Amino acid sequence: MTPLSALLVREIRVATRIGGGALIGVLFFLTVVTLIPFAIGPDLTLLKRVGPAILWLGALLASLLTLDRLISADQEDGSLDLILMTDTPLAVTLAVKAFAHWLTTGLPLVIAAPILSLLLNLDLAAAMAVTLTLLAGTPGLTFTGLIGAALTLSLRRGGLLMSVLVLPLTIPTLIFGVASASAAIGGTPLGPPFAILCALTLIGAVIGPFAASWALRHGQE
Amino acid sequence: MMLSGKGLACQRGGRMVFSGLDFSLRAGQALPLTGPNGAGKSSLLRLLAGLLPAAAGRIDFKGGSPERSLGEQAHYLGHQDALKTQLTVLENISFWASYMRGTLAGDDALTAVGLCELANVPAAYLSAGQRRRLSLARLVAIQRPVWLLDEPNASLDDSAQKILSAMMRDHLKRGGLIIAATHAPLGIKSARELRLGRAR
Amino acid sequence: MAIINFANPARFLTFADRVLPWVAGAAVLVLAYGLYLVVGAPGDYQQGDTAKIMFIHVPSAWLAMMAWGVMSMAALGTLVWRHPLADVTAKAAVPIGAAFTLICLVTGSLWGRPMWGTYWVWDARLTSVLVLFLMYLGLAALWRAIEDPSRAARAAAILTLVGAVNLPIIKFSVEWWNTLHQPASVLRLGGSTIHPALLTPLLVMAAGFLLLFTTLLLAAMRNEIFRRRIRTLQMMKALGARG
Repeated sequence: MTPLSALLVREIRVATRIGGGALIGVLFFLTVVTLIPFAIGPDLTLLKRVGPAILWLGALLASLLTLDRLISADQEDGSLDLILMTDTPLAVTLAVKAFAHWLTTGLPLVIAAPILSLLLNLDLAAAMAVTLTLLAGTPGLTFTGLIGAALTLSLRRGGLLMSVLVLPLTIPTLIFGVASASAAIGGTPLGPPFAILCALTLIGAVIGPFAASWALRHGQE
Repeated sequence: MMLSGKGLACQRGGRMVFSGLDFSLRAGQALPLTGPNGAGKSSLLRLLAGLLPAAAGRIDFKGGSPERSLGEQAHYLGHQDALKTQLTVLENISFWASYMRGTLAGDDALTAVGLCELANVPAAYLSAGQRRRLSLARLVAIQRPVWLLDEPNASLDDSAQKILSAMMRDHLKRGGLIIAATHAPLGIKSARELRLGRAR
Repeated sequence: MAIINFANPARFLTFADRVLPWVAGAAVLVLAYGLYLVVGAPGDYQQGDTAKIMFIHVPSAWLAMMAWGVMSMAALGTLVWRHPLADVTAKAAVPIGAAFTLICLVTGSLWGRPMWGTYWVWDARLTSVLVLFLMYLGLAALWRAIEDPSRAARAAAILTLVGAVNLPIIKFSVEWWNTLHQPASVLRLGGSTIHPALLTPLLVMAAGFLLLFTTLLLAAMRNEIFRRRIRTLQMMKALGARG
């Protein structure tokens, strides 16, 4: 196996075995989406209107809150030292780790989105639109969150601080994600907001791993 | 092959751990690091591994691969074993062997350290000594000329110590370099030792 | 034979091996008979044959709640007597209870579709079942988060009992919330008046579901005991090896 495929397999195994974090994100997503109607009421027309926003907020929180262990687990058991001592560029390693995290946490969110759309009274077209925008947007969230995970690595209780640091960075993705979903629901083609959403994800995939690798290299002590 | 340090200094948390440190060793030589706790043995090893920045001084490594850093040509055996408890013993070593471009298959490396019968046991069930053996398997699975070992004897039983000594002798015979922080004798011949500590 | 005799995992295994085929066979027969009765039962005067999904929906709802009851009793066994078989029962019941809850949700949603015009309204009963489903999933996640089974069992037992106390409160709150908001639809699933001609098939189906639950629980407990034996064997192997 090449170094990177070995890393991908290892990350997926660790996430899906006992004690791993896969599927906890999707459970969080389900819970948040279920809670919101209790707060704003079961009015189906209202839920239909705010449904895409609820799904996007839930997916955003679920993507980011599960990220805090992504690098710190490797630091605690000493794996990070060895990872730093290889000729595989650190940014590439981090990108693979983030991708594995998206496969085990982000992709389940995308798959769950159509089912949760039913709860929010979205019709099929709207559910598909939200799912498509989540598919395009959640990898960007993970790559952006990676920066926070690297920055807060040496802190205790870094998880909460990480969210505070990263959530503002995810605002563009949220804006264009919800906007493109709403555009699709309104009957207009996905168009420019969706293109911008895809662009944001691609930018995140480039900037995230590099920024995170700089944060790790400079945070060493 | 030759590894040397000149005027090395290391600062951690604003405190100077050591300064003005010189050493050099050639292919086939081992350098034990001794000294009291807090003298900077672990810091020196991490510094050589590229895991800590040096506050002053320079490290020279001649005869290795020029496009790689010293850390990329060195094994670092720290206090942590770099194991994932969710994975089996074989999955752990196979991952490192693939990720660090090792030459030996995972199960052969396990045989070398006497762990092959535990290949399919989750690493969570291993004792401290067995975890240490599994770290040693990395040294044989992946060929790297410089070994930076931090208390390699810790929690090893007699038979594992013998395996480690044999591994180190083998490595030196092939022209490798070893720097090891240690309290106990390593069981290999070394010309001299480097003693760290402020009371010099 | 006293129940305490089965408390020994080895005895339980021989008991389960002997009983399982019979319970499984009985479950198949009773469910087949129940389905035969359901096919013959009269359709609802308003909803026609759609209402027959009730014969799956209602027993699953009962079983979903009963499974939590079984887990709560097992939780007492875990916390008070520290009994390993209680741990095994509690763990084995989680996915089965969650599955019945999911069946209840899906059938309820399908049943409501022609009436509501949509697959889901925030109907008080269905919403309570959804919350129950969330709690099952949370419990499953807790079991998966802790590697040591006896530690996991104690944590899960506490959550189960807290849940057992809270579920009625949640149900009450959800109903209050629902009446407060006066939902768009006044239709309520599984109303309390059931025509006698429908009662017999319903009870037969419920009995079939109960037998199915017992079969699944026994099989899952057996698997869990085997899983724990494998774990113990692996730990012994690590202990016996050098180093």
